[in-house]
Amino acid sequence: MTSPTLADAPTLLEVRDLHVTYRQGGRDVPAVRGVDFTLPRGGTLGVAGESGCGKSTMALSLLRLHGGNAKVTGEVVFDGQDLLTARWFRLRAVRWAGASVVFQGAMSALNPVRTVLDQIVEPMVLHDRISPKAAERRAAELLSSVGIPARRIRSHPHEFSGGQRQRIMIAMALACRPELIIADEPTTALDVMVQAQILELLGTLVRDSGIAVIMITHDLSLLAHTCDRLAVMYAGRIVELGPSRQILTNPQHPYTRALSKAFPTIGDPASRRAPEGLPGDPPRPSHAPGCAFAPRCPEAEDACRTGEMTLWPAGPGRTSACLHARTRHGGAS
Amino acid sequence: MSSPVAVAEPTAPAPAPASRTRRLRVPRPGYLAGKLLSAVISFAVTLIIGFALFNLMPSDPVRTMTRGRPVSEAQLAQLRVQLGLDQPVWRRFLTYVNDTLHGNLGYSWEFKQSVGSLILERVGPTLLLMGTAFAVSVLLGLWLGMRSGWRAGSLFDKVTSATALTLWSVPTFWLGMLLLVLFSVGIGPIHGFLPTAGMSDPTLPQSGLRHYEDVARHLVLPALTMVLVVYAQYVTIMRSSIIEEKGAPYLLTARAKGLRDDVVRRRHALPNALLPSVTMIFLHLGGLISGAVTVEAIFSWPGLGDLTYQALTVPDLPVLQGTFVVFSASVIIMNLLADLVYRFLDPRVRAQ
Amino acid sequence: MTAEPTATASTATAPDLPGMPPAAVPPRFTGARRFVRAFVHRPAGLAGLGILLLFVVLALIAPAFIGPDQLDVTKVNGPLLHAPDGSYLLGTDQAGRSVLLMLVWGARQSLEIGVIATVLTVVIGSAIGIVAGHYGGIVGRALMHVTDWFIALPSLPLAISLAAVLGQGSESITIAIAVTSWTATARLVRAQTLAVEARPFVERARALGAGNRQIMLRQVLPNVMPLILVSSTLTVASALLSEATLTFLGLGSPTQVTWGEMLHDAFFNGAFTADAWWYLLPPGIAVLAVVLGFTLTGRAVEHVLDPRTEDTR
Repeated sequence: MTSPTLADAPTLLEVRDLHVTYRQGGRDVPAVRGVDFTLPRGGTLGVAGESGCGKSTMALSLLRLHGGNAKVTGEVVFDGQDLLTARWFRLRAVRWAGASVVFQGAMSALNPVRTVLDQIVEPMVLHDRISPKAAERRAAELLSSVGIPARRIRSHPHEFSGGQRQRIMIAMALACRPELIIADEPTTALDVMVQAQILELLGTLVRDSGIAVIMITHDLSLLAHTCDRLAVMYAGRIVELGPSRQILTNPQHPYTRALSKAFPTIGDPASRRAPEGLPGDPPRPSHAPGCAFAPRCPEAEDACRTGEMTLWPAGPGRTSACLHARTRHGGAS
Repeated sequence: MSSPVAVAEPTAPAPAPASRTRRLRVPRPGYLAGKLLSAVISFAVTLIIGFALFNLMPSDPVRTMTRGRPVSEAQLAQLRVQLGLDQPVWRRFLTYVNDTLHGNLGYSWEFKQSVGSLILERVGPTLLLMGTAFAVSVLLGLWLGMRSGWRAGSLFDKVTSATALTLWSVPTFWLGMLLLVLFSVGIGPIHGFLPTAGMSDPTLPQSGLRHYEDVARHLVLPALTMVLVVYAQYVTIMRSSIIEEKGAPYLLTARAKGLRDDVVRRRHALPNALLPSVTMIFLHLGGLISGAVTVEAIFSWPGLGDLTYQALTVPDLPVLQGTFVVFSASVIIMNLLADLVYRFLDPRVRAQ
Repeated sequence: MTAEPTATASTATAPDLPGMPPAAVPPRFTGARRFVRAFVHRPAGLAGLGILLLFVVLALIAPAFIGPDQLDVTKVNGPLLHAPDGSYLLGTDQAGRSVLLMLVWGARQSLEIGVIATVLTVVIGSAIGIVAGHYGGIVGRALMHVTDWFIALPSLPLAISLAAVLGQGSESITIAIAVTSWTATARLVRAQTLAVEARPFVERARALGAGNRQIMLRQVLPNVMPLILVSSTLTVASALLSEATLTFLGLGSPTQVTWGEMLHDAFFNGAFTADAWWYLLPPGIAVLAVVLGFTLTGRAVEHVLDPRTEDTR
């Protein structure tokens, strides 16, 4: 997917210092510990990381869709409005009409007892205030555009396969012509052939309408072809951010390096022959100082364990939260 | 929009082309037959147990029937022959089954009518009472259960659950007595304003608007008693259903669409939570029937329950046997209905 | 081994199967301590237990200060249907007996019937449940069918019919309650038996030659016990309600003083129309209290044993 370069595209979304902390069993569990990024109109950002690194939480909290007992601080400025402090009815107006979400449809993200028509039409009736007939016509169009025959519009979700349900979710997400689509693991639980089709479908539809996308996945290889920019998350923080192709060919953070080795890249036979695992356990969320990756990092030093980590410049348009990258690119040693 | 991407993946078997209107989907005949057969067997067992109860017990039925009355041995012997008690057991059983299936449930010595006609007289009032109580308690229970389950742990939830638990622990008849005292007899200076007993005032004409109004006034207390004791079941059922649904992914989708919380609850969670509840509600109908006996007895409501109670005091065995069979049959029918209704309502199961 | 090998307590009590190493000590003691600690954190359970203890104590010490004369209608000489005052704290009934004394004695009688009925229910239900769960195949399925048929029978009409046929009295009522309640226990126990028999230590016992009876008695039964205990408390609650209902309907023996009998007298012998609230209220409140006590305790025990059944999240 190509898009206007960063410099001249107007900013759609700006996230500053986002923190999400859950309250569980009397303790504070920090799921997202300070995330900053911007997204231009029509831009595509991939967010990768292992399970539990906070990427889903981060994405859902943009629209305040996180669970009940979580505290969210920071700023999420979408189209000029800070969603974190907006009043409820304003936030609800932005939901779906401004930014919609594609969940994992293969699992029950669709209501099993209501027809597909009902579910696609629902946000349209709510936000666009069009007549039911017009809504139905548009819903049928949307279904066709994702490759599902419109005559099946009155069927129930269980009558479709996993891949088809994912397409329905995409059609549904496009219903109110949003400016941003957040795709939370849209292809997990689908087999590889179907994954490729879904991604291509999403890409085509989004490119044609200039919709921005934040795609969340744990599969790094998918993001290379589908997103302009990539953010790698670990333990609630972004550890590397920049143009996706550059990050994957020349990772500037040990975690990114390990992650890309674990997933063989499609089209790169060499990587398939020796996928490497990552030793150690996933991090337990905490407020401890130092680099969260240090316990598992082959290049860790004392400074890594004690210093304050932020994203330092690691090349043109790139940042990385690794001390070594910082020194390599001219930062303080 | 750009042209559709070619669909080249395995699809789930598409149903027959959908018409504009929603088609009624009937469960396969084989399944229906299986359930019916099972219901018939249940009923057969009921007949066996009914027969065994009243004919194979160690006590002599003739003596039980004439307890407390002066009868000579000759009269007892005559009664035995009349009731066919001198026949061998298996023949009596066959006669009994044959009679029952033909609607002949015996003769009541106490009421001087056939049991069948007695039951027919009394079915209407019981249906009225139970139907009203059922409808009200289901609606009340489901509504309360939905709101408590949605905000589980809230004050509303705690109060609702505690009240429901307490009311469930109360003996039905005692609650009926209390209500009678409160609203009918009156305490101290406050006079009662609802009728004390019966289904209607015999001094009023037995038809027309005034009659219905009169019956309605008589219906209030007995129905209220039943509702208060029974609604608690439905609150619990619905509450656990909703709690289970609360974590479902499609609710997050609904919220992401910008719907208000109560709309999410009402339009998305409720229909899904209702499905398992429906089955349980029909199954618990059996409990309603049991309650009818005591409530009707207290309020002298002229239904099957009251009939059972009056038969009990004698004891009038044919009537007891008859009402036993009728009650059992209704429970069996309810269980059958429960299963069929569920299959009809759940679109996932309907397609099978 | 009769229990999961997690034991640390001292005295072994389970007899060894022939040829097997000494039984691992059942974790009763450490488990018990943990259980108690978890239980005391539940105010509802404690309240329930408190109520129960109160009534049980009352029931046990009742004979110490209530003699048969005070309950015999022919021997008392108190004022008839008198409101509560200094000498009769809860007033008198239509025969002149002290309602308070009857209430206390009623605790004894009602609890006795309730407990005996429950024991019967639990024994029958558990026996059928364990046998049905252990012997799959024809025997198991037949037993489950029988259970299903019994469940289809409406309990109150069945109980009424049974008690009517057997004659008035507490024995008939006890039997009637047992016959209508065993199915719930049977189902529960059968499900648990199936779960227990799927565990490896049972397979081990079987491989080492343990016979059917040994497996059922020594492997399954001890592991099903906690569940049976929980279900028993809830069974007692419903048995008490059933007893009250059946005696109220006139199936109890009129000379026996149970709470249901008191309510029967209150309603059918005139206390009702005479506004004798002191005769109407206390027995009903007593039943309510004891049933609540058993229910709260049973639920608390259930939640402690299996936190998954907790349903407030």
